[in-house]
Amino acid sequence: MSDAPRQVAGETVLTRRGVRVELASAASFVVAMLASIGLAVVYWQGGQPQAEGVLLALALGGIGVGIVLWAKHFMPNDEVVEEREPLESSEEDVAAFTADFAAGQSSLRSRRVLVATAGGACAALGVAVLFPIRSLGPRPGRGLKETPYRTAPIRVVTNEGEPLRPEDLPVDGFVTVWPEGHTDAADASTLLIHVRDSQDFQPAPGREDWTVDNIVAYSKLCTHVGCPVGLYQAELGLLLCPCHQSTFDVLEHARPIFGPAARSLPQLPLDTDEQGYIIATADFSGPVGPGFWDRDR
Amino acid sequence: MARDPTRLLTHRLARWVDSRLGAAKLVRTALNKVFPDHWSFMIGELGLYCFIVLVLTGVYLTFFFDASQQEVTYNGSYAPLRGVEMTAAYRSALELSFDVRAGLVMRQIHHWAALLFLASIAVHLARVFFTGAFRRPREINWIVGCTLLILALLNGLFGYSLLDDQLSGTGLRIVYSITLSIPVVGTWLASLFFGGEFPGPDIIERLYVIHILLIPAAIAVLLAVHLAILVRHKHTHFPGPGRRDDNVVGERLWPTYAAKALGLFFLTSAVVAFLGGVFQINPIWIYGPFDPAEVSAASQPDWYMGWLDGALRIMPGWEIRAFGFEIPNPFFPGVLLAGITFLLLYAWPFLEARVTGDHAEHHVLDRPRQRPVRTALGTATISFYTVLFLGGAADVMAATFGLSVNAILWTFRILVLVLPPIVAWITYQLCKELAARDGVPIASRVTWREIPGRLRRRHAAAEAD
Repeated sequence: MSDAPRQVAGETVLTRRGVRVELASAASFVVAMLASIGLAVVYWQGGQPQAEGVLLALALGGIGVGIVLWAKHFMPNDEVVEEREPLESSEEDVAAFTADFAAGQSSLRSRRVLVATAGGACAALGVAVLFPIRSLGPRPGRGLKETPYRTAPIRVVTNEGEPLRPEDLPVDGFVTVWPEGHTDAADASTLLIHVRDSQDFQPAPGREDWTVDNIVAYSKLCTHVGCPVGLYQAELGLLLCPCHQSTFDVLEHARPIFGPAARSLPQLPLDTDEQGYIIATADFSGPVGPGFWDRDR
Repeated sequence: MARDPTRLLTHRLARWVDSRLGAAKLVRTALNKVFPDHWSFMIGELGLYCFIVLVLTGVYLTFFFDASQQEVTYNGSYAPLRGVEMTAAYRSALELSFDVRAGLVMRQIHHWAALLFLASIAVHLARVFFTGAFRRPREINWIVGCTLLILALLNGLFGYSLLDDQLSGTGLRIVYSITLSIPVVGTWLASLFFGGEFPGPDIIERLYVIHILLIPAAIAVLLAVHLAILVRHKHTHFPGPGRRDDNVVGERLWPTYAAKALGLFFLTSAVVAFLGGVFQINPIWIYGPFDPAEVSAASQPDWYMGWLDGALRIMPGWEIRAFGFEIPNPFFPGVLLAGITFLLLYAWPFLEARVTGDHAEHHVLDRPRQRPVRTALGTATISFYTVLFLGGAADVMAATFGLSVNAILWTFRILVLVLPPIVAWITYQLCKELAARDGVPIASRVTWREIPGRLRRRHAAAEAD
């Protein structure tokens, strides 16, 4: 039933409901108006994000509600039928198109040499203009397989650039360190972890002398998609990546034991220098972070 | 014999698409669309192709350009500027020119394409004007075209202002002062646009967004509208055997016209590629980074802004001061002249229709000689803006020919007023003679003397018909 005004004995009469809806519609336009004024005032007074958001929502919403009420109650809403034409072109149209297209095409077909050489010229141009894509970035090179630790022996330092002695890191402690002078190198972030004596640390074959006083160092970059592996559960000796819950066993050369990661965290061989500070004796045991095509080559 | 064509992959693919879109009829109409062949109809097309080149090279440039006003010290491969303080924007433009492979050629192609873009718009505008192609039903497309001209002018100006070299900084200084000269709102406009007092901390970042996003998007949309209206109206043609207002005589789109258009696209691109490769343009490393305290003589803008620069130079040193307020000098050439220019441009089809009383639909073009008054006004207008353009080079002429700048400026001040009427008179006589010689009827019988009266009497001519 429409709330539109009706003609009764030649006079236009609003239904009772119609009056109410019209009032509601007008009221929401008024709300929108006031909200807009409020918005300007709030901005004028120095701004306030919550008030700005709410008033903007009221201004937009008021207009929206007003329009929808108006359309729903006072505009013709009788259902009408629109026929669907068949989508496919008629056979005559297809035939006419094919004929005209072929007429033009025949002038191409009859010049096979020109078609071939023009195609070749365009293809060659297409290839040539792809070359400047190379300007966008350098050749990947060895950068993915190396970190600043390649200049080892090199001291490891904290975020503040301080070198560390083994006794600076308590049992169960773990700290993020960097190669000295490279505390901003994204590929060189390293976790130093002091495992308990009682925990049965199992070095990988050939890495028996890579630890210093139960302190072991791994790349902090998850081998899944490169998030920092920031959570250490000292009780279990587990490193957990907060992004996708890959879990690495610190006691077993950071072997992945759960989650999507499929490779161990690369390990950093440690030693101490003459002053007793912890140093790295070589680069990581493998490329850090996520995998890539020629990682092993 | 060949295989059954209905079994070809292309044929089956076409049927697959058609059964989902039903486009056979529409595409056939498009293939058979008729385009009259005349060299002057290619000029607008040139502009379209320049725009495509601009977008392609422009995208490449955005990958390397850094629209930042942060102060940095240059340490790149161009030795003369090493150790010089500059903005990151200027540094990245230098890197684009010297260190990015294919960077310099892309930059120069982009700049040359912009110059040619504006040139083809200007010549296309003149073609449409002199042939009366703006008459009903094409007034809307005239308006779209004028808007495209303004957008192209602005984007050219904003584009070369991004690099923050000495020349572009000087240009922005002038843009700032012209904005500032607008009565009542000028100070606010300048401050809001530049983000403060000149040079303004945010201007490069803002110009960048405008230059690479807002205006190109607007140009792309308006170009689509421009072409859609062209398709709707069908192209105009010059008078000739069998050519009437209710038909269009020319070549079909498929295959001849399409092939010619494609060829023209490649030729246009070839020309700008050649120019960009061989002819140095805007060598910003010679200008140096922008320093508000410095300027060099021979600071000329790109050609399409030349008329405004010339107007600024030719304008006598007048200002209006009253009631404690002032209208500064640059307002008259920089805002008023530009405003009147574009206002008259937009209004022309309607002004002419009112004077001639001709409100009928036209699809056959005029030859310029058939319309001596319009043609005379057109050439006079061109001479006016040419004098302004040359006025922009007054200092260069003075230096080159060893003349006094003041004498040259005074010459231009006089020429800008005297030359247009002379050019108009000569054109008018020429048109009449040419028309008489050819036996072409003069289409417009309106004489100079009648124009003011006809402008006053609304639609009088229309009613009389």
